[in-house]
Amino acid sequence: MDLPLRERIESVCRQYDRRRDRLMDMAIDIQAAERCISPEAQDALARELGMEVVDVQSLVTFYAFLTESPTGRVVVRLCDDIPDFLAGLDAVAEALSSELGLEFGQTSPDGQITLERTPCIGMSDQCPAALVNEVVVTNLTPESARAMARGLLRHGDPHRLVEHTGDGRNSHELIRAMVQNNLRERGPVLFGGPVTGRGLEAALRKPSAEVRAQVRASNLRGRGGAGFPTGQKWDFAAKAEGTRRTVICNADEGEPGTFKDRVLLTELPELMFEGMTIAAYAIGADEGILYLRGEYTYLRPFLEHVLGLRRRSGLLGRNILGHSGFDFDIRIQMGAGAYVCGEESALISSCEGLRGDPKTRPPYPAQSGYLGRPTVVNNVETLCAAARILEHGADWFAAIGEPQSTGTKLLSVSGHCERPGVYEVPNGLTLSDLLERVGAKQVQAVQVGGFSGHLIPPREFGRRISNTDLLTGGAVLVLGEGVDLIAMGVRVLEFFVEESCGFCTPCRAGNVLLLERMKRVAAGHGEEADYTYLAELSEAIKGTSRCGFGQTSPNVVLDLLRHFRPVLEKSIGIDPGNGTREAFDLGAALRDAERISGRRSTHHLAERTEHREAAPRKEVKIDGQTRQDTPKEGER
Amino acid sequence: MTDSFTIRVDGRVIEARQGQTIMEATEQAGIYIPRLCDHPDLRAHGSCRICTVLANGRSVAACTQPVERDMEVKNRHPRVEAWRRQLIAMLFVEGNHFCPCCEKSGNCELQALGYLHGMTATQHPHLFPRRAVDGSHPDILLEHNRCVLCGRCVRASRDVDGKQVFQFAGRGLNRHITVNTEAQLDHPGLDLKDKAVSVCPVGAILKKHKHYGVPVGERKFDHDPIGSDVESHDQDKVT
Ligand SMILES: Cc1cc2nc3c(=O)[nH]c(=O)nc-3n(C[C@H](O)[C@H](O)[C@H](O)COP(=O)(O)O)c2cc1C
Ligand code: SF4
Ligand code: SF4
Ligand code: SF4
Ligand code: FES
Repeated sequence: MDLPLRERIESVCRQYDRRRDRLMDMAIDIQAAERCISPEAQDALARELGMEVVDVQSLVTFYAFLTESPTGRVVVRLCDDIPDFLAGLDAVAEALSSELGLEFGQTSPDGQITLERTPCIGMSDQCPAALVNEVVVTNLTPESARAMARGLLRHGDPHRLVEHTGDGRNSHELIRAMVQNNLRERGPVLFGGPVTGRGLEAALRKPSAEVRAQVRASNLRGRGGAGFPTGQKWDFAAKAEGTRRTVICNADEGEPGTFKDRVLLTELPELMFEGMTIAAYAIGADEGILYLRGEYTYLRPFLEHVLGLRRRSGLLGRNILGHSGFDFDIRIQMGAGAYVCGEESALISSCEGLRGDPKTRPPYPAQSGYLGRPTVVNNVETLCAAARILEHGADWFAAIGEPQSTGTKLLSVSGHCERPGVYEVPNGLTLSDLLERVGAKQVQAVQVGGFSGHLIPPREFGRRISNTDLLTGGAVLVLGEGVDLIAMGVRVLEFFVEESCGFCTPCRAGNVLLLERMKRVAAGHGEEADYTYLAELSEAIKGTSRCGFGQTSPNVVLDLLRHFRPVLEKSIGIDPGNGTREAFDLGAALRDAERISGRRSTHHLAERTEHREAAPRKEVKIDGQTRQDTPKEGER
Repeated sequence: MTDSFTIRVDGRVIEARQGQTIMEATEQAGIYIPRLCDHPDLRAHGSCRICTVLANGRSVAACTQPVERDMEVKNRHPRVEAWRRQLIAMLFVEGNHFCPCCEKSGNCELQALGYLHGMTATQHPHLFPRRAVDGSHPDILLEHNRCVLCGRCVRASRDVDGKQVFQFAGRGLNRHITVNTEAQLDHPGLDLKDKAVSVCPVGAILKKHKHYGVPVGERKFDHDPIGSDVESHDQDKVT
């Protein structure tokens, strides 16, 4: 540690052969070692790699887990997703903050501890949860949060916070996390039986075109949220021009409320790697990348270990399983706190050592993706399902679920229910069936598909989890009757404002404007004209945004307008009984002016002398027309 | 040629070639699609989204979307024009634009787009961000308050000037243009003659010591609205 900064950085660069496209890895390593990537470090990096310092800065300032000024040695990131709020986040936050003596966003003067908030870390079924460096802490209560804070102040070692480990491989010596799988239902596809490796063996006995044909015949569609037919994607990549091809497994799992990939990564990594290898064989790829979100760093040593075992067993490397000419290996690319990097082209940017801006399409990744090579990006679950399809056959798979939506779907269930966790259910299951299975009662709404998904009202609980109805990456957030849906809408928009890459106008600025107006409504200052404003703005953002991020971020607003009008009306103060509305609060409007001038407004006088009836305060809606009315005696 | 075909734009049939974008094909036919980040000498960027059109019913950016045989494009469509008005308004309120005291006024593409779309005020609240003004360069002023993040300077510096003076940093509303510091001593730096200096569509990159060189009334968009040059070159061909 006594080496000068320049030399420390040089040694990091050497580990990655000074390859500019590995800048992400270098930045993450430097951040871990130095607690920041200071302007001096950026400069040293740029010199070492022979690139412009602005390009390094561009990357560093993009990712939430990379900083230009030092964080504490221990960074406590409290997850502030909606399920955490429902589970008492505020009290936990207060406890943490007071015990550490830090506000959120602050670092202790001795440089030991930083306290921050972070969006969903993939623990919504065991929340409130926090990341302490890479260590996950779950099921926080104010008491356990205080104990944790005291522990950190005393010994400063995040690993000592794990007093007992979770079920399954969460107890593996290379994971040792207190995380629970909460795997509530095992379906026939993913969790139907042991991982045998027979899918890969079967694939290698066929020509690659036949492997693709089998995946096509199974009708498997992407499980990451967009539902694109997997076989077709593989065909595009196989037929695209290029000498080298790449398979990327998308384990970014950033959609708030989604955590099913975490359970697959923990319990079935062999199946996932098998699926990647099959995909590689099917399209002729020699290189694989597992893009693992930074929040799941705790799984990395274990996953590297599994990769090592597979290399030793001839399942990766040269001439895989003796199949001469089939060479393929996989590296793990860590993310660093950016939701948009789950979007496949942004993910590719990130793998290339760039900031996580999505790319212009066309060309699509299957034509020209990672480093310009034809690239398949698939979700963890998709690749696991593909391995099972090769193992058991397309017909077997297609017989499960619905004709247009074959197989099973993994759901991540959180919020107001008795049994939150992961469910493998056949496609076609209705929401009401699901709600019964998870033990949810008095439900006001269900958010399906995470923040970018849809808010479903009770009268639509007959809808199905399916490619043809509720297409979802699998997040199901149950919202009980007490939940303030408008406050929730505000929270969702805050997330999108925080996470937008800012490349295009509608998403960068439009989401901020949506948030501003929703905050006004949430504060009770809305008016009916705001409905039109919100609807038009939402449509413009959806219609003009450059990627799936902005094309879905206004969904929550539109769903509130469409399905929860009474909730909005109540919030803007329309009395459901007579349609009247408190239009203006003179006292509140004058408060700032009173404070600045140090005088009380004369309208208080009017209050005292009962001249109030002269002031029109009510706007009464009659047949769509407004007129002024004076309050009746005794009102207010 | 085998790779040429026709597309329809607002009902008009025009020629297009495989590999062209909608923007290129319409431009050649004298049809103006409003745009801000796009520039004829630079690679398309697709960030402002003002060129959004409906192509076979789907909304796409005309500057990046390739044409397809028999494509049906809607440009002067009420929904599309409403979206454009929204986008232009967003660009105004996310920065600090006080046109009367801006030396770009009259030559400014954002302002001209506002006029073209009949905008007098925005439906959106102004966000009044706090942004710095960078006057460190002897000859050039970087006025972040007026930057619309079109990336023209980034592309021009990298692809035309071969320098990479500008780059994007930050994300979301905090996205901004950053300038290569002279920390790299051998860095060529910015020159007044660079393409990057002349392509800014708004008053964000300004040459110092020049100010209001052209009087009001004689500026670029004072008489001819933005896009009229595109529309006229079709008529040139016809006559
Ligand atoms: C903003 C955004 C975030 C996304 N995040 C993820 C993600 O975390 N995991 C994922 O698998 N797909 C995510 N996707 C979808 C991917 O772009 C892509 O469609 C998917 O990885 C393809 O895999 P599949 O066909 O197997 O589903 C995201 C898309 C968008 C627009
Ligand atoms: S919609 Fe635009 S700003 Fe939003 S994430 Fe996509 S490219 Fe970035
Ligand atoms: S840059 Fe254009 S829009 Fe902005 S203040 Fe100047 S003239 Fe007005
Ligand atoms: S400085 Fe000018 S050219 Fe550069 S991004 Fe901003 S508006 Fe565009
Ligand atoms: S001109 Fe096409 S997106 Fe800006």
